[in-house]
Amino acid sequence: MRYAMAVDTRKCVGCSDCVVACQTENNVPIGYCRDWVVEVMDGTYPQLEIEIRSERCNHCENAPCVRCCPTGASHFAAGGIVLVKPVECIGCGACIASCPYDARYPHPKGYVDKCTFCFHRIKNGLKPACAAVCPTKCIYFGDLDDPNSEVSAVLKMRKSKTLIPEAGTMPQLYFLI
Amino acid sequence: MTNRRDFIRISAYGAGALAMSGGFFQAVKAFSSPEKAVALSVDLTRTATYCEVCFWKCAGWVYKNEEGKIWKIVGNDEDQHCNGRFCPRGTGGIGNYYDEDRLKTPLIRVEDRGKQVFREASWDEAFNYIASRMNTIKEKYGAESIALFTHGSGSSYYTTLMKAFGSGNIAEPSYAQCRGPRDDAFLWTFGEEVYSPEITDIRDTRCLVLIGSHIGENMHNGQIQEMSDAIDKGATIITVDPRYSTAAGKSKYWLPIKPSTDIALLLSWIHELIYNEYYDIKYVEKYCLGFEKLKEHVKDYTPEWAYGITTLAPDLIRKTAREMADAAPAVIVHPGRHVTWYGDDTQRTRAIAILNALLGSWGRRGGFYRPAKATVPGYPAPEFTEPARLWGDLFPGLYGVATGVVSNALIDASIPENNPAYPVKGWIVNGTNLINSIPNQPNTLKAIQNLDLLVAIDTMPVEITGWADVVLPECTYLERYDALRASPHRKPALALRMPATEPLYNSKPGYWIARELAGKLGLDSYFPFTKQEELLDWQLKQIGSSLDEMKKTGVKTFEREADDLYFAPEENVVFPTDSGKIELYSAAFEGLGFDPLPRYVPHEEPPEGFYRLIYGRAPMHTFGRTANNPNLTDLMDENTVWINPKVAKIWGLVNDQYIWLQNQDGVISEFPIRVRITERIRWDAVYMVHGFGHAQKQMQRCYGRGASDTQLMTKVLVDPLMGGTGMRGNFVTFVIENTEKEASS
Amino acid sequence: MREEIIVSGRMNPMVDPHLQIWHWQIPLYLFLGGLAAGILFFAALYYINGKEKDYRAAVRLAPFLTPLLLVLGLLALFIDLRHKAFFWQLYTNIKLQSPMSWGAWTLLVITPVSFVWCALHMKELFPKWDWKYDWLKTLEAFFNRYKNILAWVMLIYSVILGIYTGILLSAFNARPLWNTSILGPLFLASGLSAGAATIMIISRSKEERRLFAIIDLIIIGIELFLIVHMFMGFLASTQVQIEAARLFLGGPYTMSFWIFVVTIGMILPALLEILELRKYHVPAVVTAVLVLFGSLMLRFIIVYAGQASRWLY
Ligand SMILES: Nc1nc2c(c(=O)[nH]1)N[C@H]1C(S)=C(S)[C@@H](COP(=O)(O)OP(=O)(O)OC[C@H]3O[C@@H](n4cnc5c(=O)[nH]c(N)nc54)[C@H](O)[C@@H]3O)O[C@H]1N2
Ligand SMILES: Nc1nc2c(c(=O)[nH]1)N[C@H]1C(S)=C(S)[C@@H](COP(=O)(O)OP(=O)(O)OC[C@H]3O[C@@H](n4cnc5c(=O)[nH]c(N)nc54)[C@H](O)[C@@H]3O)O[C@H]1N2
Ligand code: SF4
Ligand code: SF4
Ligand code: SF4
Ligand code: SF4
Ligand code: SF4
Ligand SMILES: [Mo]
Repeated sequence: MRYAMAVDTRKCVGCSDCVVACQTENNVPIGYCRDWVVEVMDGTYPQLEIEIRSERCNHCENAPCVRCCPTGASHFAAGGIVLVKPVECIGCGACIASCPYDARYPHPKGYVDKCTFCFHRIKNGLKPACAAVCPTKCIYFGDLDDPNSEVSAVLKMRKSKTLIPEAGTMPQLYFLI
Repeated sequence: MTNRRDFIRISAYGAGALAMSGGFFQAVKAFSSPEKAVALSVDLTRTATYCEVCFWKCAGWVYKNEEGKIWKIVGNDEDQHCNGRFCPRGTGGIGNYYDEDRLKTPLIRVEDRGKQVFREASWDEAFNYIASRMNTIKEKYGAESIALFTHGSGSSYYTTLMKAFGSGNIAEPSYAQCRGPRDDAFLWTFGEEVYSPEITDIRDTRCLVLIGSHIGENMHNGQIQEMSDAIDKGATIITVDPRYSTAAGKSKYWLPIKPSTDIALLLSWIHELIYNEYYDIKYVEKYCLGFEKLKEHVKDYTPEWAYGITTLAPDLIRKTAREMADAAPAVIVHPGRHVTWYGDDTQRTRAIAILNALLGSWGRRGGFYRPAKATVPGYPAPEFTEPARLWGDLFPGLYGVATGVVSNALIDASIPENNPAYPVKGWIVNGTNLINSIPNQPNTLKAIQNLDLLVAIDTMPVEITGWADVVLPECTYLERYDALRASPHRKPALALRMPATEPLYNSKPGYWIARELAGKLGLDSYFPFTKQEELLDWQLKQIGSSLDEMKKTGVKTFEREADDLYFAPEENVVFPTDSGKIELYSAAFEGLGFDPLPRYVPHEEPPEGFYRLIYGRAPMHTFGRTANNPNLTDLMDENTVWINPKVAKIWGLVNDQYIWLQNQDGVISEFPIRVRITERIRWDAVYMVHGFGHAQKQMQRCYGRGASDTQLMTKVLVDPLMGGTGMRGNFVTFVIENTEKEASS
Repeated sequence: MREEIIVSGRMNPMVDPHLQIWHWQIPLYLFLGGLAAGILFFAALYYINGKEKDYRAAVRLAPFLTPLLLVLGLLALFIDLRHKAFFWQLYTNIKLQSPMSWGAWTLLVITPVSFVWCALHMKELFPKWDWKYDWLKTLEAFFNRYKNILAWVMLIYSVILGIYTGILLSAFNARPLWNTSILGPLFLASGLSAGAATIMIISRSKEERRLFAIIDLIIIGIELFLIVHMFMGFLASTQVQIEAARLFLGGPYTMSFWIFVVTIGMILPALLEILELRKYHVPAVVTAVLVLFGSLMLRFIIVYAGQASRWLY
């Protein structure tokens, strides 16, 4: 099993619903976020183009944050999902410094927090909260090892990219372009 | 500079230090215990609701955590408005409930109006006060001298109250400040309006034409979802907008039009369709009236003619006309929603209606579908007595096309100098922040100073409550029952809103407020049920359902009575117009002294050094009503003014700098606004999101954040046909150092 | 014009608008660790070389500082932790790929070693010292018997500790400035230099002071070489590392790095040492303090600047 997410930059409108939904679903304290939305616009009026991306932890296959964690709090869970166990985390910040995507943040309660791919939901057969709420249905989620999953299908059909692949982290958050 | 975070302007929409301030966290802590989410149990009791953060009214479920506190709101899968997905504002709706700045108890003013000195009062005291003033006004001037301004779910109760009291002066800002012109234009063309949710069949369209409709920023849920479906299916999107909107970014064609010139473009499109015979000849012959006159009318409106006006290349106009024709009848030239732009808005949307008629999209798959609506019976109550005087009698001869009550006419009638036929002396304002929703603030304030009574019913201490004599705190939609939602859609459906929790503080549901006040006025008989749930249950039982059933399902969808979502081939459609046909040429308009066919009339241009002020929506906010919502300010806590780099260079402006805006009448924005230099806006206009720049200190998170577009709209381009308040005729310039404001602050 | 914005806002404290997850605690911890490593290295080295008598300050006196340095270092690290109650988790896991884990375990070994080393030299400081209890005396005898092995352990672990202070940072691929293999040797060298400087302050023997001045001079030479090398490496590398180097080549850290670290912390003491070796009288304290200051600043600046450097995307 290899969970992955694909975000369609052609449909994403940057509404940030994924961010609020994550916040409420996962009780992310206000003033913090596990996901965020980037707009990149290029050109000169009126020759313009724009790419909109909903970003979060990439659940990297070669995750530096897991590697550098001294306690094992950061670990790979089923399907390659990168998780943090709050009761093992000492809050040293090493994983935060190690993530090229700045996907982690120190939770006010002390431990480090980040996107979990909504592990508590997918276990129960639900989609991650952000994917479930997205009004443009531009977030695809599923098992890459299952050729029939929605994410496999869409990645087969469409061109995609990952962010800073040259950092060697092997991200599992794909952007359809 | 190595830091991405430095050049990705985080705080572009980011909440600053404000979001971190102490008291705020207190309120938030309540729903921020992370372990809880992990230990999610599968079955948490959920309660049905429909969203009140905007007027799309998506049905959803409110979930509570183990402590019984509201945790999250998600869409109801069975609901056609949302298909199980809320928009960011709906998802963040919990913030409306948790906002610690909410109105907490009734207030009665103790100093001069506007001075904002109130004392706390009991509900009873507040009702007595209001009832006695209402009775005095009725005795002195007549019941019609009390007007109701209302928006949102509570409207029905106060409408009943007002009608029972004897006044029909009931206005919603969603008419003359919003969709009035379009609804009238379509009514007078097709005999039917486009409703809310719009009957646009976007999910099956092959070509979607957006004239300023910024779907994607305008987050009306069903539309954005269907636009996304259309993108998936490869539909062509054509966006006409002087700004590179999100929708423009998704479009095959973006027409960067010069603001205020849309009618010229529409006429040249009509010209192209007709003179190239691209139009649906059979449809037009069968259903339309006045084609020949239209053809003659647009004879000279070539793309070259339009080019000179709109700055859009003739080739682009031709190509897009062709695209529409190729897709027809699965094409939608979107009627828009907030269309009160330049005072010729009924005519502009008439041109849109005509375009759709020519393409044969009305009543066709991928065009406009036929809506169906569920009806619930009203409980037998005494008849209302017809008011002796109506709003139309205030200023005889004005706004002959209007089919709704023009809010601004009621406001004007509150100013004695305007010599209305009878005065308006009392306002009841529910769920609308007139100060920021109606352009020309000085006019509104003048009207307020002439009132004998101003009651504001709201959930938040907003600008209008600051001017009120009595402030009544309604509880939020998450804490109350409301009338069943029965909006038209593809299938008839009902949705229930029930309280997820008891009201916080001393706030009360709208039904209760209206009923109690009715009691004080001796109008109890119009509210036969003590509790709204009894009424709902009664209503539902009449149609074979019950409150208990609705509590379980939230939404009840019915099958259509007939399979008539679209016109059948060769169907003999009788349109509900005077002629029974689609009226391309409007004899009715002609009779009322207006152009029977739309004409392009040039608008005033910005003077040297000024830029046209245009505005719109941010996807995560609804006007000003979410500006203080903790969850949503976290995403965006101020608006910015979009300025083209060329303009910024002339003025020496840099990104993130705070400046003031000054309009053509010398009005300077009360608060500074942050500069966003972007290629996404033309050089002859600046853009900002409506709903910021709140001047009400009690709203601690949004007070003074960003600027208010309304404040800069002292010039109103009133639509002579129906009274709509065109808001895009204002021009602004930049004030970089504001000695006056700085000295005073 | 290109415009890149985060439309949803992002204000995660200590992460946005740029990383500030590590404050004074980590550079201080790295400095103290490096300094202790330097002192213990020389102590072990000269003990093994049989120069215990010649270089008393190095072998016997200076190490008395190290338990304190290490405990303070650990304290700084502890203060930095945000989930302190779970501190012990460091010692229920061995994570070979995590430098943090390496450091924690290294400290777990070297701190007691440093205590023992001091214990063995108690009489040096307090000639009348008496271990009161017999079992303590037996213990001392035991360690004395294996002092050579102890010295070897100390030597190896001090090198590990010294390198670790650099590796901790260089393991972070995400921070281009840190992501260079030169940081390990550089921090080791800086720690040794600081250790040598400390010995110079403590030593009462001219000869010992002279020796450590020479050692320090050589190390400073190595440090300067490494720094030049590091920047050449950055500039010949990818855009992100070029950007990282620019933090010091015209960027916000230019002044502080070249003045505090290189000029005041390396070149100036090197000049003073040359003068000293040429028999001009320069108080050793002055030179040594400059070296210590430079070493501390190096940690601070690299830790802070590193957090400001990142991948571009
Ligand atoms: N997120 C969010 N969504 C909302 C709302 C909200 O508050 N927040 N409000 C809802 C309501 S009540 C309404 S009425 C709708 C309004 O939504 P729309 O009907 O889509 O809004 P408009 O104000 O007509 O459109 C604003 C757009 O018009 C462009 N524009 C400005 N001047 C011109 C011009 O001269 N010509 C053309 N072609 N375009 C121009 C602006 O650049 C901007 O992109 O949104 C609804 N949806
Ligand atoms: N300058 C400018 N003016 C505009 C527009 C614009 O874009 N620019 N847009 C126009 C359009 S399209 C529209 S539709 C109108 C909208 O105009 P309004 O409906 O007046 O818009 P809001 O600012 O959302 O004000 C709604 C008020 O209702 C309150 N409220 C929210 N929930 C409840 C509730 O449950 N009960 C009660 N009693 N009150 C509640 C809020 O606190 C807020 O004070 O504005 C129009 N005016
Ligand atoms: S909810 Fe969907 S459309 Fe909105 S920003 Fe997130 S990914 Fe994009
Ligand atoms: S994105 Fe960052 S936090 Fe997520 S797995 Fe990769 S390195 Fe770790
Ligand atoms: S902060 Fe927590 S999760 Fe991150 S590296 Fe340290 S112990 Fe591991
Ligand atoms: S998958 Fe879940 S945790 Fe991750 S961003 Fe989406 S909602 Fe948040
Ligand atoms: S569109 Fe959004 S704000 Fe409007 S009713 Fe639906 S969920 Fe609520
Ligand atoms: Mo509206």
